[in-house]
Amino acid sequence: MSGPWEAVIGLEIHVQLATRTKMFCGCDLSFGDPPNTHTCPVCLAHPGALPVVNREAIRLGILAGLALGCSVPPACEFHRKNYFYPDNPKAYQISQYDAPLCVGGRVAVLLPDGRDLEVGITRAHLEEDAAKLVHLGAGGRRAGAEASGVDFNRGGTPLLEIVTEPDLRSAADAGAFLRQLRQTLRALGVSDVNMEEGSLRADANVSVRQAGERALGTKTELKNMNSFRFLERGIDAELARQTALLEAGGRVVQETLHFDPDAGEIHSLRSKEEAHDYRYFPEPDLVPLAPDQAWVEELRASLPELPVARRGRWYELGLTYEDAEVLSETAELGEYFEQVAELAEPKAAANWIRGELRAQLREAGQEPWESRVTPARLAELIGLREDGTLSEPGAKEVLAEVVRTGASPAAVVEQRGLGQISDDGELTALVERLLADNPDQAEQLRGGKDKLVGYFVGQAMKATGGRADPARVGQLVREKAAG
Amino acid sequence: MIDDATVRHVARLARLRLGPEEEARMREELSGILEHVERIQALDLDEVPPTTHVVELLNVVREDEPRECLSQEEALREAPEVIEGMFAVVKFE
Amino acid sequence: MSALHELTAEQGVAALHAGEASAAEMVDAALARVEDDRWGSFLAVDAEGARGRAREIDALAERPPLAGVPIAIKDALSTRDVTTTAGSRILEGFRPVYTATCVERLERAGAVVIGKTNMDEFAMGSSTENSAYQLTRNPWDEGRVPGGSSGGSAAAVAAYQAPWALGSDTGGSIRQPAALCGIVGMKPTYGAVSRSGLIAFASSLDQVGPFARTVRDAALLLSHIVGRDELDSTSLDWPEPIAVPEATDLEGVRVGVVDELMGDGVEPGVRAAVDAALARIEGLGGSVERVSLATTEHGVATYYLIAPAECSSNLARFDGIRYGPRFDEARDLLEHYEVTRGEGFGPEVKRRVMLGTFALASGYYDAYYLRAQKVRTLIRRDFDAAFERVDVLVSPTSPTTAFRIGERVQDPLAMYLSDVCTIPSSLAGLPSLSIPCGLSDGLPVGLQLAGPAFSENRLLSVAHALEAAIGFDPRPPGVL
Repeated sequence: MSGPWEAVIGLEIHVQLATRTKMFCGCDLSFGDPPNTHTCPVCLAHPGALPVVNREAIRLGILAGLALGCSVPPACEFHRKNYFYPDNPKAYQISQYDAPLCVGGRVAVLLPDGRDLEVGITRAHLEEDAAKLVHLGAGGRRAGAEASGVDFNRGGTPLLEIVTEPDLRSAADAGAFLRQLRQTLRALGVSDVNMEEGSLRADANVSVRQAGERALGTKTELKNMNSFRFLERGIDAELARQTALLEAGGRVVQETLHFDPDAGEIHSLRSKEEAHDYRYFPEPDLVPLAPDQAWVEELRASLPELPVARRGRWYELGLTYEDAEVLSETAELGEYFEQVAELAEPKAAANWIRGELRAQLREAGQEPWESRVTPARLAELIGLREDGTLSEPGAKEVLAEVVRTGASPAAVVEQRGLGQISDDGELTALVERLLADNPDQAEQLRGGKDKLVGYFVGQAMKATGGRADPARVGQLVREKAAG
Repeated sequence: MIDDATVRHVARLARLRLGPEEEARMREELSGILEHVERIQALDLDEVPPTTHVVELLNVVREDEPRECLSQEEALREAPEVIEGMFAVVKFE
Repeated sequence: MSALHELTAEQGVAALHAGEASAAEMVDAALARVEDDRWGSFLAVDAEGARGRAREIDALAERPPLAGVPIAIKDALSTRDVTTTAGSRILEGFRPVYTATCVERLERAGAVVIGKTNMDEFAMGSSTENSAYQLTRNPWDEGRVPGGSSGGSAAAVAAYQAPWALGSDTGGSIRQPAALCGIVGMKPTYGAVSRSGLIAFASSLDQVGPFARTVRDAALLLSHIVGRDELDSTSLDWPEPIAVPEATDLEGVRVGVVDELMGDGVEPGVRAAVDAALARIEGLGGSVERVSLATTEHGVATYYLIAPAECSSNLARFDGIRYGPRFDEARDLLEHYEVTRGEGFGPEVKRRVMLGTFALASGYYDAYYLRAQKVRTLIRRDFDAAFERVDVLVSPTSPTTAFRIGERVQDPLAMYLSDVCTIPSSLAGLPSLSIPCGLSDGLPVGLQLAGPAFSENRLLSVAHALEAAIGFDPRPPGVL
């Protein structure tokens, strides 16, 4: 069997919710603290200890679900998912099975190449995180470890599991979806969504089929990819593996796999006999949740403009995909840009923020919104550049001053006489003088050594203290050299 | 009513080691009990909802406020074995 | 005044408040009878802690309500720093880091915990023979069982080692031992008492309740432990305070006798004592009619699917990693789990964990666990319908009196079937209590009274009036 293959990919995403305490007990969440210093009888699964639901986790879960276009059913409940593992102290995880918090959403993903992609969200449900297994010796890997220990600080952290429909058709699309999801959840304050730190985890369900076929191929599950790059590479590797297998007449076996980024290889994670029977049943220690629909509507109304919508707006303002990516990195940066764009030309604002402003602030170790360069100041500077008052180098110099003192760019220009020289008469006179003063270079230029234009522009900048308009000078040099 | 293979499978699911006589006895006893519980198969339960919760409560939640945690010492006090402040686990695949 | 240990809790509280005795004396009197523990009621005695607490209370300017009266606690309830084993080897030497809410409430009210009582392992059993540690003997006949699973608490109260005790009841584990030991025992409405700190057997069935020698004492004890606990999501705001009953007649009370529990399975002597009690009810002005609870015959089957299913999950946390003894030097994780649990659990626990795991397993869930939950709904509906016509339902608490040690422990199904009277009200989550109503061949017979949800006060009232009329002497021969 051969022919055009279609990739069918769905994602199972776990997001750690930004609450103060755990899902079912009042232990505060910890970050890098000594092991077992944030525990209690509940999250240690001591005999007799019972769970109590964290209200804030419900709110954040609903908020996230609404942002993903989900609906919130009138009631949901918790189930026990039973399995033995040292990081699972009760030997069951309290999760949600057939009555989840949110169902049936839809996300429009803006792709780099300008395509639109609609991804269905099957469900989003609440559950608790497992504890941390630490393998000592053997470089922290499980195989060959001398001993292992369990740290229950993380155990019980609230998680939202988001499951997508298998609507993704490439590793790149999966990456784009996940990046957009991350931005959305960050914008809502629902989670830190940091893949390297583990507050965002994604597993991929991958299968292939002949293009045009409607039935789904056998899917495999790719787990433990802890960066966007590895996720995309892993999916690509698995798609290649499945395709090659099928083309050779083999069959895909349903299994759990791991992508080793160093070797670029796919390995089987679980031995086949370990297929889990989770024996789900409704959690008798908890009662059902029936979110008040008026409250849900309030939450829906409180949703900020979501990244997708904001991006669409930014594209219309002239920004590129990359501009939007960068400026959406944090809520603060996006907000900063918005404020500048209200007062200055948006594309120029994007360029300045992405480029010179961040470069200059990096040295001071500041973020734009922390610096003395208020949106108004930057907008002012952009205006002075756009209307020709400042040359490019001149503007950079003024910016440096604003970074230092927060002074008004217009004032700096006046104080230091940095206004750009763009008067043709003045520039022509300058160019003619430079050509006369540097006859050898002028001769070579006439002879065709074009890069000497740069030499004369440099001279002009030196002579004017950076105020000459370099583009116009360059033009004039060519004109006058030609005679 | 229940065969050896099922007994072994269930014992594995429950992480229980049963000796050979235990296994045989378990099979007999479970079969006897299951024979008795089979009687509920005879009831017509199509229109009957299951009792998943006995109390008629909804929305029992707590505020997201921290409560005092155990100290590391208290947390580890009852552990059979401790390693570097963690609960030791035997090596595993 | 009688010897201190012969006082009821109510009398003890009064004496303490009146300054007629000190808490130290009262606790010493109890401890003296605990040190001579020929019935094997106690697994752990906290003499030092109890005496210390008694001294503290005696030194207070104002005594708390329960004033220093001693109490025994079933070893299924967590007591901080005092060993709590649930009758199992897998918790040998385990000292909890917290105390169960209901015990905390009692301690704050001034009760003094003198020790932890014996029980069937993880509350699974009807004779206390499944304890991994020791036998408990029935104070009425030391060759017989005290009932279970709260046999130690029942024996302690019957033998005047403590005026009262806490037990837990999942399918009859308070009521049945109360009946077999000739004392009062009560299982309240599901949700009445916090389960936080109660080592779980079957979460949707477990309830903590009182043992005492009088109905008034049982009511007094219950009044201090009911009510919502923020640590237990299934606990209820209690609608009205539990009242210590005063009623002496039963005018206007409509009593229903459960037909299905008065048949051939009941021993003639038990039947006779129950019939006599029914006659007394009428004598007190109550009306008695036969009521049919047709679902009764399915109770045991339903219970022995639901309870094991929940317990198989609740007991999965016993994996020898965070607490409990090391059983073996296992070579890998799987072996560690299997050996720990294989050695740490006794045969009855293993049986129920297996049964429960099976009932939840893929391919069996619908046929077993789900179906059982549906039958449970039918059982509740049966009760609801009955309570349209009557206020209280009565039956024997146990079809037999105390059986001999060793008689039933080899036949699990026979043991299960002895719960037939108590199981239905557990499944329905309804309050139910047992009071002694007579003797049969020198052994106590218990009468069970059940009521609608939240009808504790009326139940206790009816029980109180009947108790007075029956006039049962709770002193086992040779015990005092």
